[in-house]
Amino acid sequence: MSAQAANDGTPTKTVDSHTGENMRQPTPNNIYELAGVRKTFGAGPDSVKALDGVDLEIAQGEFLAIQGPTGQGKTTLLLLLGGLDRPSAGSVLFDGRDLATLGESELVGLRASAFGFVFQTFNLIPTLTAQENVETALVPAHTPAREREQRAKAVLEELGLGDRATHLPSELSGGQQQRVAIARALVKNPKVLLADEPTGNLDENMRDEIVAVLERLWHERGLTLIVVTHDSTVARRAQRIAIIEGGRVSAGDRSEIGRQAAPADSLEPTFVTS
Amino acid sequence: MYFTYLRRELRRRARQAVVVAAGLAIGIGLVMIVSSASAGVKKAQGQVLHSLYGVGTDITVTKTVTFGSGGPQRFNFGGGSGSGSRPSVTPGTHISRDTLRPAAGESTLPASDVAKVAALRGASAATGGLVLTDTSFSGTIPNYSEGGKFSPGGGAASGAGASGSESSGASSFSISSTSVDGVQISSSDVGPLTSSQVTQGSYFTPAQNTAKVAIVSSTYATQHGVKVGSDVTVAANTVSVIGIAQVPSGGAEVYLPLGAAQSLSGLKEDVTTIFVSASSSSGVSSLASQIQKAIPGSTVATSESLANQVTGSLQSASKLATSLGKWLSIVALVVAFVIAGLLMMAAVSRRVREFGTLKAIGWRTRRIVGQVMGEGLALGLAGGLAGIVLGIAGAEIISAVSPSLSATVGPAFAGAGAFPTTFRHAGAAGRTVLVHMSAPLQGGTIGIAVVLAIAGGLVAGAFGSWRAARLHPAAALRRVA
Ligand SMILES: Nc1ncnc2c1ncn2[C@@H]1O[C@H](COP(=O)(O)OP(=O)(O)OP(=O)(O)O)[C@@H](O)[C@H]1O
Ligand SMILES: [Mg+2]
Repeated sequence: MSAQAANDGTPTKTVDSHTGENMRQPTPNNIYELAGVRKTFGAGPDSVKALDGVDLEIAQGEFLAIQGPTGQGKTTLLLLLGGLDRPSAGSVLFDGRDLATLGESELVGLRASAFGFVFQTFNLIPTLTAQENVETALVPAHTPAREREQRAKAVLEELGLGDRATHLPSELSGGQQQRVAIARALVKNPKVLLADEPTGNLDENMRDEIVAVLERLWHERGLTLIVVTHDSTVARRAQRIAIIEGGRVSAGDRSEIGRQAAPADSLEPTFVTS
Repeated sequence: MYFTYLRRELRRRARQAVVVAAGLAIGIGLVMIVSSASAGVKKAQGQVLHSLYGVGTDITVTKTVTFGSGGPQRFNFGGGSGSGSRPSVTPGTHISRDTLRPAAGESTLPASDVAKVAALRGASAATGGLVLTDTSFSGTIPNYSEGGKFSPGGGAASGAGASGSESSGASSFSISSTSVDGVQISSSDVGPLTSSQVTQGSYFTPAQNTAKVAIVSSTYATQHGVKVGSDVTVAANTVSVIGIAQVPSGGAEVYLPLGAAQSLSGLKEDVTTIFVSASSSSGVSSLASQIQKAIPGSTVATSESLANQVTGSLQSASKLATSLGKWLSIVALVVAFVIAGLLMMAAVSRRVREFGTLKAIGWRTRRIVGQVMGEGLALGLAGGLAGIVLGIAGAEIISAVSPSLSATVGPAFAGAGAFPTTFRHAGAAGRTVLVHMSAPLQGGTIGIAVVLAIAGGLVAGAFGSWRAARLHPAAALRRVA
């Protein structure tokens, strides 16, 4: 991993962060460290090795794309990163804590606060309005109703859906539904945004719209953004692409990927401001 | 959020919610109707007891005679090896008799037992009574040489009620019997005849205990043209009528003060029946068993035990309510619960992705279970409310239709006596009482309905929750719409 990985924009600072905004860290601050991660489904001859020895480090504030053919373990990896499943072997360190061995209650707590999930199929609650869907993300934190309302409203406005707050998912376009889903993922101010084929169900225009939204939020909020996609157009926007094939990951170097994630490369400290 | 989510979900599943609630409503409504109906049947049984033994009577104590001990009234005519005061069988002889005896099969209890029973815990009052039958017969012994041809008996029944004529070729008689009760004069409202039932004339005064006075039933008065001031013949004695009373269909025709009845029947210091009222309806059965212990060998009847001895539509209704109705409502309830549970489970299965998503964004399993339980409870309460309405309506309809039920008191000794006499009271034979059935709704029934509604909701919720709790978020999220 390149020493140039810029983390100035992330909320978590190193000890010398007080000395100035432009102070660089000597080594990147890894938010994830995966070592020897295996995930096997089933047992015996019919068992499927979805992940077969994954080693991966993800820096805080990084925009990582995970790419690969279908059935190669992309979703499996994302679920492990989000604490929704546990590996069969290996460790998944998040902020120094191993999600493989963490208690269920702590995992639920992390899901409620640290991870934001965005799904290919949006997965909005069909009976709830856009506003209410966003509010569901604040339920686990027992946020008071008033504050919940205000925060959900603010995020929806940020995503340009201020006038759609009272609409049901069925009354929204695919792109709008995905924006509501993104708002739901973001309203709790997570550290990591995990998106599984967020544009998989969208046409090209909407895809570009959603990618732009994700990119903007990543800039403005200093999120760690991990996007699973088979779409190279989407993957090229990332700072780094991890290719997953046969249950193994070959993560490219950010410097090799080039300038696709232009704003991050420019290392402007102004990104912190939002 | 909790209630918004719950309400929206139920509205989305409106049709399924209606099915679940309706199922629970039918089950709960049936339970209410059946329990109201069985309360009504119990009440009807109580009315039968009151018809036979007087208003206010919860328990009667009698003693049944064992055959061969000389208790039952038994006459032998025409041959046979009868002993004692058997009438002469000389053809052409006119004979006539008027006796006052306990009904067939009934023995007597000492009058002192009345006080014994009254002193028991849970007894509010007890009076003694003599339940008697006045049997008069008259006729001429036919001439056997006429070879089977006979002339009907000449003697007319004196002041007879039900009258029968037995013709066997061997004898020809006119028989009549009148039911007579000896009534202990007391201020309590327990016993076969109380002052409130007297519609003309007056009730007995304590001073009249041994006086030859009588109160007759209005039916008897009409049939025999008896008025206040008329005379009737009882046990060959002239008794003057001082009052006419409205008595239930199972009551006696002629009522005498107990002392007079005792002397006319020759049963001094004895009673045939003790009429007991319990201080509370819930204490009836324990009081009954106390009496049983206090007076060994007695027959203690309550409206419930009496119900076992009656035949007729009351018994059918009772069976319907207690067995068929009970099972029907249990089956309906179980079916409703299972349907509610299965539909709830199906609904949760259809929402696997929804719940998986909520788990993925940090909802705890118990929060999701709470949501599903809430949905189940809401359905249960809706069903319960509809069920209560249904139950009240059903009970009201039964009460409005007020079907009349007949109760025929056990013909235990029918055929044992030689005469087609109309006997009275339990253990005697064939007295039919008509009562109207109602379905009184009790507070407890609504309580049970509420409990069942909550239980139904919890069952439905539990089925659904079981499904939701086992749901693994990772698996749920892999599902594609
Ligand atoms: N619950 C499971 N039981 C058995 N096998 C499973 C299970 N979940 C995933 N697999 C298998 O694990 C492998 C990896 O699945 P995964 O969903 O991670 O692939 P993917 O890269 O996300 O594919 P796609 O691009 O189609 O979404 C597949 O072969 C899949 O069939
Ligand atoms: Mg996938």
